[in-house]
This record gives sequence, C-alpha cells and structure tokens, in this order.
Amino acid sequence: MADPVTDAATPAGPPAADLTHRRDRRWAIGFILVMLGMWVFYKFALTSTPDVVQEQIQKWLPLTAVNEAIVWVICAIGLNIVVGYAGLLDLGFVAFWAIGGYVAGWFMSWFIGQYNQSVHVLSAAPSTSTGFHINWWIVLIIAGAICALFGILIGAPTLRLKSDYLAIVTLGFGEIIPQVFVNGEDINGFNLSNGTKGITPLDPITALPFGPAFLSRPLGPFDLATKFLLFGIVVAFCVFVSLRIREGRLGRAWLAIREDELAASMMGVPLMRSKLYAYAVGAFMGGLGGVVFAIHVNGVFADRFNFSISIILLAMVVLGGMGNVWGVIVGALALAWINSTFLPQMGETINSSLGTEINFPSYNFLLFGSILVLMMLFRREGLFPETRTRQLIQEPERTQLEDLHADLEGVEK
Amino acid sequence: MSTSQASSSGSASSATALALDTDRITVRFGGLTAVKDVDFTIPVGGIVSLIGPNGAGKTTFFNVLTGLYNPTTGRVRLGGEDITALPPHVIAAKGMGRTFQNIRLFGLMTSVENVMVAQHSHLQSGVFRTVIKTPRQRREEREGREVAHELLEFVGIKGKDNEYARNLSYGDQRRLEVARALALRPKVLLLDEPTAGMNPQESATFVNFVHRVRDERGVSILLIEHDMSVVMRVSERVTVLDRGEKIAEGTPEEIKADARVIEAYLGKTGTEGSAR
Repeated sequence: MADPVTDAATPAGPPAADLTHRRDRRWAIGFILVMLGMWVFYKFALTSTPDVVQEQIQKWLPLTAVNEAIVWVICAIGLNIVVGYAGLLDLGFVAFWAIGGYVAGWFMSWFIGQYNQSVHVLSAAPSTSTGFHINWWIVLIIAGAICALFGILIGAPTLRLKSDYLAIVTLGFGEIIPQVFVNGEDINGFNLSNGTKGITPLDPITALPFGPAFLSRPLGPFDLATKFLLFGIVVAFCVFVSLRIREGRLGRAWLAIREDELAASMMGVPLMRSKLYAYAVGAFMGGLGGVVFAIHVNGVFADRFNFSISIILLAMVVLGGMGNVWGVIVGALALAWINSTFLPQMGETINSSLGTEINFPSYNFLLFGSILVLMMLFRREGLFPETRTRQLIQEPERTQLEDLHADLEGVEK
Repeated sequence: MSTSQASSSGSASSATALALDTDRITVRFGGLTAVKDVDFTIPVGGIVSLIGPNGAGKTTFFNVLTGLYNPTTGRVRLGGEDITALPPHVIAAKGMGRTFQNIRLFGLMTSVENVMVAQHSHLQSGVFRTVIKTPRQRREEREGREVAHELLEFVGIKGKDNEYARNLSYGDQRRLEVARALALRPKVLLLDEPTAGMNPQESATFVNFVHRVRDERGVSILLIEHDMSVVMRVSERVTVLDRGEKIAEGTPEEIKADARVIEAYLGKTGTEGSAR
C-alpha cells in the first residue's frame, strides 16, 4: 500500500470482483459435477457395487440423509442472506421453514378438500381427488412469496430494534408460528393445520408436468435419486440468487449496513427498506426449504418445527463462514450429516463393539456446542470465510467507532 | 445580539441564493439546551466554517442538518426545500454529503464499493433486475463504477480502487470519505474536522483541495474545524457557536477581531468582564 502505484494508469492485478467471479465459477462447476456424479452413482452405479460397499454406503451416506441435508442447505442459504449479508441476527428462522411446509400441505394434498374446494393445476394427483393439487414448482413460488410476505410483516415492526433485541423478537416469532400450527386444528371451527396429526400424504411430484414419461412420471418414495437432482436445482437457484444479489446495488447496501449502519444511512441507504429486503429474500428461501422438506418427508407435522432448528441453522452459517454461500453449503452439509447419520451410526458401531448402551444422538447439542465454542476460539471466521471477513478477524481494526453523541436508534425512522 | 453579528449579517444580502439555511434551530435534550435559536446560511458555492470551543454544540448542529436529530424547534432548508425531520437517507439523497470526525468508512469494502454505496439513491436496479442482470442493470453498474473511478481519481487515490478501505493509509481514508460523499452529488458537503490528525503540510494541501472540490464539483462546503490557520485560509465566512448560541458571524478577519469570540476561546479578561 505504501508503494507509489498511485499514479499508475491501471490498478495492479485483476480487480477483486473478477477474482471472486472466477472462484464462484469454479465452485459452480464443482457443484454441478458433484450433483450429477452423486445422481449417477446412486441411481445406476450403486447396485452394481459389491454388497459390502453397498451396505456401508447405505449405513453411512444413505440418500435419504443426503436429501434431508439439502433441505438444511436451502434454509441455511436463506439464513445466510439475513445473518451473513445484512448482519441481522435471526433466531427464529424455523418459522419460515414451517410456513413453507404448510403451504405445501395446503396446496399439494387433500387438505383443502374438507371445505369442498378442488383445484388441479398440472399436478400428478388423480383428477378425481378433492383438495388443492398444484404442481410443486408452482407451490415453491407460492410458498416463497408467502414467506417473503411474512418476513416483511415480521420485519416491519421489529427491524427498528438493535441486534440483541431484534434477536429476541425473532426468537419469539420462531416460537409463535409453530405453536399456531400445533394448535391450529380448530380455530373457531376452522382447521388450519390439522394439529399434531399433520397433513399427509402429499401429492407425488414430477420433474415436469408433461412431456416424455421419464420426465413426467410421478416420483414415488423410492425415487430418491431423482428427487435429489430436483432438490439440487432448488439449491442451485438459491445459490444463483445469493451470488447475483450480492454483486448489485442491494448487496452493497447490505454490506454497508453490516459495516456501519449510521454511515450507510447518511450515504443515502434506506436502512429499513434494505433490511426488509434481506428478510424477504431470506424468508423466500426458507419457504422453498419448507416445501422441499414437506415433499421429502411426504407431509407436514407441527411438532417437528422447534427452536433447535433455528439454532442449528445458525450454527451451520457460522461454521461454514458467514456471508460465503459455498462455505455455508459445506457447513450445512456437515452438520446435517453429523446429526442425521454420523451420530446414530457411530453410536451403533461403538455400542455393539463395546457392549455399551450410550444414546449417541442425544449428545448432538453437546457436540454442536463444542464445535461452536472451538470455532469461536480458533477460527471465528468459519471454515470458508469471505475474503473480507478473513481480513476482519485476522487483522486489527483500524477505525474505531466514533462517538457521534448519537445513538443508532435515532437513525431508524 | 452582539454588534459584530449585526454588522456581518447585514453584509450577506438576502438576494444571494442559499445552498443551505436554518431558521432558529433549537435542540433540547431534557433540560439541556444544546443548540439555541441558531440562524445559519451557506450561500451557493460558499465555503463556511463553523467554529467554537468544545461543547459549543457544533456536532449537534451538524447532526440536525443531516437528520440524525430532529430540532426541538426551527427549520432546515436545503436549496430552499424544507428538509426538517426527514430521515437521514432522504436528506442525503437530496444532496447533503458528509464526512465524519472519526473516519467511518465501510472498512471491509473496497474503495470503489464504498463510493458505489453512496450512489445507492441514484441507482435504480431492484432485486429482480439484479438477479436477472438485465442490460439496463449492467449499464447502470458499469456507469456507477466509472463514476467511482473518476471520483477516486479526483480526490487523488487513483490506483487504489480495489483496496479494502480499512487498509488505506489515514490520509487516503480521509480522501476516500470525500469521494464517497461526492458520489451523492451533494449540493452541500459537510466536513467534520477534516484536518484532524493531519500534519501542517497536509493541512496546507487540504486548503487547496477544498477549493478544488468547490470549484470543480460545484458544491457548497461547511466545515467544522479546530485548526484556526486552516479556518482562516479556507473559509469565506465563519460562524462561531458558544454554549449552543451563535455569538458571531463574518469574514475570517472580522472573526479574528471579535471580542466575544476571543472571550469564548480565552475566557473573560478584566477589561471585557462587563461585555456580557
């Protein structure tokens, strides 16, 4: 920096944006290759491998666990927009997951049929069945839109709050929404959610609503590989949106808000509106995750949406590296796999070889907690941080926050 | 009020177009009156300094102008338009750029990004256009980037476009703050103690820089400044605040000779003891 390049006609080296692009392209190609490779492997190659290998893979990396992990990935990417990009702490993200799930329940099953309403839109469900049966691609959009709307509704009154208080309000929101669904069986005679019984089964999904049979065939419970590929498309969409928004005007505004709200507002950035956008976009993806999860488990069940989901999602974002989509994906896959497969399998292996009866999965929060503490001690920026964040953690802060004789609360009108 | 003020306000004719004017601004925090009945003007293309001892209410006054505080009473007008009690980002978009006493750049953003943040209100692309990358959005981004390059060159930190702001030297950070504020295309540029931390040589260069900003960018400038040598050389007019009240206003020469200003800075002397 001290060198006399000031007068050079061009800055030394390629612009930072270009480097980011190149790296993102590499990651994107890697993502597609891995998705296709796994699909080919699980769909065609797995059955021709020796039985021992097959058994181990079914034990340690079953496709159903992979598909569930994808749901976590989608929601984590959504949360990353709120937490990583805009720097707002959200402890109630499970609410959007739940709302997305119920939208799938309402629009893809017999459920609305109890009010003698029937709508069929490009669905694989038999045309005689009552209820709303809408193609799942359309339901994804509906769920995203409804969640975005809820994000704005929740955000509008609460985003005025500063970080800790905002976190508490979102925490409450994350508790309220699932409770509404748990108790939503009889709201003055109106059945919103079917209570703890849940809404099941959902319509089978299809890759395309029409076209050749192998594309428009309804996918049953054993078509996990094809579902894996379809869910992967949803992930790709979320990644794409994340990366594109980050580059533009709104992404810069989020970064600026994360850095210094007060300065951002005095540079013409509308704080409320920009934060609401972050909430809405994040919630949109949460809704997508909710739909995908409902399809994965073939139903929505109110008691599955609990506080721990919000916390695990947050841990995924922090572990992977706040603000870096690729890091967040890795973090989400890792934690989801540990939770769903590694701990139970590890427990089984150890228990059967040592003759103990330790309930390994019940120690998941001990493990997650330890991981978070260790991360905070040794690698606060996460496993794959953004270049910017790495700077922040590893180099000393230069400018101190100024005492403007003004509290930030005064800015947010 | 005092005689010196009456004489000086007479010289500023009401026919001059005003970039900024305030009408009897008062700010109270509970029982404390931080700013009291301050009338203040910046003529278009003028360079005005606001000085006063510590605690005189300069920063509070600044914060009223930028919308951080609502005045208890009084109005603020920017280019004749009433901007009192508008939120800060609206005031900024209407043409009020500022720098900060203690630099407040977006440290983890590059120089170009810092400047482009300040173009927020001039750019238009929303979520959908950004995700799809429409031709219009691309053009807008490209133009924004060009404006940023040009501004960085103007303030003299060309070649550091892609440096993170936090890694710039202190002087370059000050320059970047000015570039960022200029990206708002301001009518009025507020500089809050811009020479703090500069050595005398840098301060001297700074005086020329301020004149260049005014001449080439067509903005009116208001400074809060403690360094009197800078104030005397840079300003066309000086306003003095003491304990929240405007005690004097005039050219640097008039201010230098004003008894009340001397009293405010040095305390009462025996001979002037009864002036108040």
